[in-house]
Amino acid sequence: MISKLLFHFGRYVMMLGNTVSRPEKPIMYYRETMRQMNDIGIGSLIIVIIISLFIGAVTAVQFAYQLDGTLVPVYYIGYIVRDSTIIELAPTITCLVLAGKVGSNMAAEIGGMRQKEHIDAMEIMGVNTTAFLILPKIVAAMMVIPLLVAIAAFISVIGGYLAAVPTSLMSEEEYVQGVRSFFDSYNVFLMFVKAIVFSFLLTSISCYQGYHVKGGSIELGRASTNAVVISDIMILLADYTIAVLLT
Amino acid sequence: MIRTEGLFKSFQDNHVLKGITTEFYPGKTNLIIGRSGSGKTVLLKLLVGLLRPETGAIYYDDVNFCQLDKKSVRNLRMKVGMLFQASALFDSMTIEENIRFPLDMFTNMTKKEKLDRVNYCLERVNLEGVNQKFSSEISGGMQKRVGIARAIVLNPRYLFCDEPNSGLDPKTALVIDELIRSITIDNHIVTVINTHDMNSVMEIGDNVILLHAGKIAWRGERGHVIESDNEILQDFIFASPFLQRLRKAALEKVKFPG
Repeated sequence: MISKLLFHFGRYVMMLGNTVSRPEKPIMYYRETMRQMNDIGIGSLIIVIIISLFIGAVTAVQFAYQLDGTLVPVYYIGYIVRDSTIIELAPTITCLVLAGKVGSNMAAEIGGMRQKEHIDAMEIMGVNTTAFLILPKIVAAMMVIPLLVAIAAFISVIGGYLAAVPTSLMSEEEYVQGVRSFFDSYNVFLMFVKAIVFSFLLTSISCYQGYHVKGGSIELGRASTNAVVISDIMILLADYTIAVLLT
Repeated sequence: MIRTEGLFKSFQDNHVLKGITTEFYPGKTNLIIGRSGSGKTVLLKLLVGLLRPETGAIYYDDVNFCQLDKKSVRNLRMKVGMLFQASALFDSMTIEENIRFPLDMFTNMTKKEKLDRVNYCLERVNLEGVNQKFSSEISGGMQKRVGIARAIVLNPRYLFCDEPNSGLDPKTALVIDELIRSITIDNHIVTVINTHDMNSVMEIGDNVILLHAGKIAWRGERGHVIESDNEILQDFIFASPFLQRLRKAALEKVKFPG
């Protein structure tokens, strides 16, 4: 078990080492990065908006329920929605969802290429396949996912507003006062640190799973599932580590 | 020329290749034949560097391929073209993009130069006007020809073909064989073909190597196949009673012409 873990970790590190090399043709890497940014960013926008809208709404409703009858001022709900989404919910939930959507997609795409001998064909042409297939995905994800997380945080605050104000849990003034209270820009920094680390983890782990697929469709399905499961675990582990180190 | 010296390769306890020493010549179609499991695919993968031998050496001209660093391997591979058994065309790209991919990746040619080169290669494999089609829109034989076009687009010095005729009807298989042979002769390149198609052996086998149980059981050219008394070769090439009768008839004709 431990030797298997060490084997995979070693191979993962070696893969990352090969990924960082001088591109054969930078323009090809640039085009591929743009394509990935479009796929990851635009392709995930709707799901991220829907999820973050509900995250904000649920946070507002549940804190309103918990604070009901206490001496805590009601405008705190806006403050809690803002900070909990910025610090935790937007980066973590967004990246967990993206691990399922983007990560499984990457593992299946690269794994399919492995099975159809596309990767071998590229290797024989002289292409550094780890760099060409993986680096653009990692770079694109690390650029686009933090933007998605920022959008998610913003939409969550709107979600909280939609759940709290029209339903008369509090007035618009109270919610806005809460959202504007005790703002610490360090939390935004924390959000972006998490988003960047999580996006690196989910893409590199998913690509690793796809790149080393052996066998047929069952193994490809398994690799895709492993990509999601392992990415999710590593994201949660990194979330805890960042929380310990940076707060 | 490609030369191998004492290639050994095994997977756990399965010793697939047991000391393969041979040569593949330029301007000739070099065939590796053998039954399923005889090690021919492993040998081909060793030759192109997709696998590494446990012991032995592979020389591309005078360069020991096994001792090259990654960068030198990539440089050498730009002189290598390969046709895969299932063609390995990138299915999200058009035929033109597939063939242009190595040019995009490794050359500084202009768009027009690339298009001219792509069209020349398509013309070379007798496939014109399919530029904008996807691989799923053309037949298996056409996919093989596109695979050949992509393999030769960078003017390789070494061409490897993994079972180029698998899944093709005999007539189309013959067309592919002739195409590979003419490219080999015209460009004077080293072509190594891994096959178990007996038509290929008899039609284009300039230098044939028969693998059996991880060793070379026979070596020769197509003209010597019928006359050879090597039992493994005869058992493999003339496997059916019909083919055995055909061989007998051919031998008698040779011995008693007219």
